[in-house]
Amino acid sequence: MQERIVGRVKRVNGPVLTAKGIGDAKMMELVHVSELRIVGEIVKLNGDEATIQVYEDATGIAPGDNIYGSGMSLSAELGPGLIGNIYDGIQRPLEELRTLSGDFISKGIAAPAVDHDKAWHFVPSVSVGDKVGRGSIIGTVQETERVEHRIMLAPTFPEEMTVVNMAEEGDYKVDDQIAIVSDGKGRTEIVTMIQRWPIRVPRPVADHMDLSTPLITGLRVIDTLFPLSKGGTVAIPGGFGTGKTMTQHSVAQWCDADIIVYIGCGERGNEMTDVLREFPHLIDPRTGLSLMQRTILIANTSNMPVSAREASIYTGITMAEYYRDMGYSVAIMADSTSRWAEALRELSGRMEEMPAEEGFPAYLPTRIAQFYERAGHMKTLSGKEGSVSVIGAVSPPGGDFSEPVTQHTKRFVRAFWGLDRSLASARHYPAISWTESYSEYVDEVKSWWNGQSQDKWFDNRRRIMELLQKEVRLQQIVKLVGPDALPDSQNFILEVCSLFKTAFLQQNAFDEIDRYCSIDKQVKMLAIILRYYDLGSDAIAKGVPLVKIRRLQVVQDIARMRFNISNDNADEIDKIELKLERSMMQLGSLYDEQ
Amino acid sequence: MMNSEDDRLLKESDKALLRGRQYSGASRIDGPLVYMRNTHPVGYGELVEIIAPDGSIRSGQVLDTSDDAVCVQCFEGTDGLSLPGTRMHFLGEPLTLGVTDKMLGRVMNGLGKSRDGAALPTSVDERDVNGVAMNPTAREYPRDFIQTGISVIDGMMTLIQGQKLPIFSGNGMDHNQLAAQIVRQAKVRGGKSDFAIVFAAMGVKYDVAKYFIDSFEETGVLDNVAMFLSLADDPSLERTITPKTALTLAEHLAFDKGKQVLVIMTDMTNYCESLREISTQRGEIPSRKGYPGYMYSSLAEIYERSGKLMGRPGSITQLPILTMPNDDISHPIPDLTGYITEGQVVFDRDMHGRGIYPPINALSSLSRLMKDGIGEGMTRDDHPHLSNQLFASYSKVQEVRNLASVIGEEELTELDHKYMEFGEFFEKKFVSQGFDEDRSIEETLDRGWEALSILPAEELQRLTEEEIEAHYRG
Repeated sequence: MQERIVGRVKRVNGPVLTAKGIGDAKMMELVHVSELRIVGEIVKLNGDEATIQVYEDATGIAPGDNIYGSGMSLSAELGPGLIGNIYDGIQRPLEELRTLSGDFISKGIAAPAVDHDKAWHFVPSVSVGDKVGRGSIIGTVQETERVEHRIMLAPTFPEEMTVVNMAEEGDYKVDDQIAIVSDGKGRTEIVTMIQRWPIRVPRPVADHMDLSTPLITGLRVIDTLFPLSKGGTVAIPGGFGTGKTMTQHSVAQWCDADIIVYIGCGERGNEMTDVLREFPHLIDPRTGLSLMQRTILIANTSNMPVSAREASIYTGITMAEYYRDMGYSVAIMADSTSRWAEALRELSGRMEEMPAEEGFPAYLPTRIAQFYERAGHMKTLSGKEGSVSVIGAVSPPGGDFSEPVTQHTKRFVRAFWGLDRSLASARHYPAISWTESYSEYVDEVKSWWNGQSQDKWFDNRRRIMELLQKEVRLQQIVKLVGPDALPDSQNFILEVCSLFKTAFLQQNAFDEIDRYCSIDKQVKMLAIILRYYDLGSDAIAKGVPLVKIRRLQVVQDIARMRFNISNDNADEIDKIELKLERSMMQLGSLYDEQ
Repeated sequence: MMNSEDDRLLKESDKALLRGRQYSGASRIDGPLVYMRNTHPVGYGELVEIIAPDGSIRSGQVLDTSDDAVCVQCFEGTDGLSLPGTRMHFLGEPLTLGVTDKMLGRVMNGLGKSRDGAALPTSVDERDVNGVAMNPTAREYPRDFIQTGISVIDGMMTLIQGQKLPIFSGNGMDHNQLAAQIVRQAKVRGGKSDFAIVFAAMGVKYDVAKYFIDSFEETGVLDNVAMFLSLADDPSLERTITPKTALTLAEHLAFDKGKQVLVIMTDMTNYCESLREISTQRGEIPSRKGYPGYMYSSLAEIYERSGKLMGRPGSITQLPILTMPNDDISHPIPDLTGYITEGQVVFDRDMHGRGIYPPINALSSLSRLMKDGIGEGMTRDDHPHLSNQLFASYSKVQEVRNLASVIGEEELTELDHKYMEFGEFFEKKFVSQGFDEDRSIEETLDRGWEALSILPAEELQRLTEEEIEAHYRG
């Protein structure tokens, strides 16, 4: 649609404007305001007036300025070239903006999300006469060494169509015609490698599937204790300094998703720079390729306009869904959804809406639900399997989990990794609390995990959780009467839990070996700690004093196995287990004789 | 409908004509806000000259603009304004500051006007004080260690060039002394660098400002300091603009002149109070404790103006000071600050009471940029694990102390006694230091080892065997 004047500015109050003389403007239409060409979106229509939220600083807009309608909704541009890029909240490529306006982002500049002049090597996978339909894959482009970009028909096409014309294998730009499809009833579409999709609308799928495969993150506390399924949703709440961002970074680096979309929503500029500088140098342990080859970054830092912060979450999940439709498993990190909720609150306040709890608009829970519902393990329109897993950080004010964003988020996610301030203060990372966290996916991923661990995972997990629960009770007693009042058998539980925390739950994100832990190593590590508990308990029953067990050399080996044994040599743990058995036997025999 | 290109040209010429106009007669004055009706279309955020009945000129900024009326906030207060006698002149541009490095050594008010009587050097470079967001792709990740000479900071919450590290303090504690000590001692190792200091005071008392001036004078850095003072008796609204003015100059010094700029802002609590005041006056919907919903964004617009840019030598390091109301770290001001800044240095009333200077509570303090600025080649190879171990052991001390307060110290195990001893040593010999004491990083780390050597070696699981071999003296 041609650009046209749809009205004039009536009032400016921060990032929310009122416009008058509105003719045929549509809800959620993308507009440009004044000659500064500030991007905005129509959020309310009332008589001949409209409310517009603008995505850039409103300074300089005056009443009477023109509003230009674009005829489109705020949409994401989807096509080859997204991977490895960094965008702001409304999908403007930041590298490109830098060449346009220098080190600071000036107003009113625009650039397409992907490079329209770059030629990609396209390989067709259908030929003239083939039956296709909406979402069908018609060819591929090698987007990065790691990601094969599958070119699809738009989801808005009819279900049954025929290929009328198909491009030969060769180099094409994203706007070049690569195919013509027709439904035989007069609808003919020209297909290019690029699609546009309105960011606030979920992309359609054929069906939902079960969530039985875990997303392996390499973080032991997550994988073993509180697993997340591919297609699942999880919230990470924690006050400032408890390590939300560190946990998000670790998961983004090491999880086994095909594509990562990392959304820095209202967070620190330097943190995004860290990701941007670090990821290209990190090597994925599974493919041996750079992590940037599977990552899309969205950086809408806290000092960038608040409306774009609100949009950034949707921009991110739209790109995630696009790659899901190709049959990939995508993980999306949103850091932090609280900033997004606060953006909603700020905009709602400017629109003078009636607030509900703590000034948040009454539709906050609906919006949170809509966002998390876009996750899932899906059968795509082309019949492939793909998933979008959502890992949302929450920053509760004052670290108080009873505030509205945490509470509403809890209603719509099925796993919860609560970060604990006292663990973070002791530099116990990841500071995921084992008392407050939960995962509803445990039963769903049980058979997958048991298949990896000779049916031991589920039982071992249950046993260690029981011990941790017992420890909490015992600690309460210790606080009242001191550790000496407990019998050795109970003190030993404290001992084992403390070992479990240092040797298993803690993980050093900066250590070459420890930062990623393979499934095999996790299973063995957990097993040896439980073995230590069993053998130790037997020994104590025989009368061996706890001090002697604690001083065994092998305990130090267990405590340091996370650093000393690499993922490839997980079998080394079996040797420690042998040593453990021998030491315990020797110790036991001393007391047998007495 | 009019052709849009003609329309645009017409409007531009209109604007140029209208810029010269002056309007008289306000329709309403409410606190710092002045409303005026029947003006030409005025741009949002435009700078306004307000001419009082007595002829004095004050500055203001457009907060809300519509067809019917304009709402202007007057930075220098509305005392003495009358409805018919007030005139306004809309300048058609945002609030700017003329920047030049000759402002170093001068004292200005919150708007950047001279405060010491003498005229300011002229500048041709007028900058919008609101600044524009730095492109994250243009940033350079900060990694250069700044040695402050203060053990607990250098050892456990290392300050990095380009970082924003606030001091969370409370009324009556030594935050000003600490800030002054950092200014005196801060140095980058292994290189001469061109330091400059920008000092912004919001709503603090004259004696606090005087303390800093004297301390800068003593150290002989006064010629390298630009001061923006908006003291307690200045209009409250001026405080909302003071940090922005100060940072506009800091950006010029850092990114155009290549200086390493240290920005000290005290007290951010007063800035937030002013935000709340103006928001309430405008009848906005409040969020927590009456503070406006956009306080996070406002604070971010200040704090995010620190950092380094690729290919430019300078940097902006921020040390904002804020006093936590009632020492409550979960109060919205420290809370929102902590979510934006790269860590925090937290003062502890109890340690202050026990005469420990600086009374920094290591456990709740943090430096997020520390991980990439320490270790081999930057400080010393054992630094990362050592600080990690100090945190872990000191947190254990807290547990033991809690236990001791319930069951009595005599009942503690031998190991727990060791922890008590470690805790004492750590607080008295490591954290505590003289007001003029400048410790090198090596001395700091050695003291850390001395403290850890009190504990048995098998308790030190965050350290590698080699490190223990090399440094442990227990």
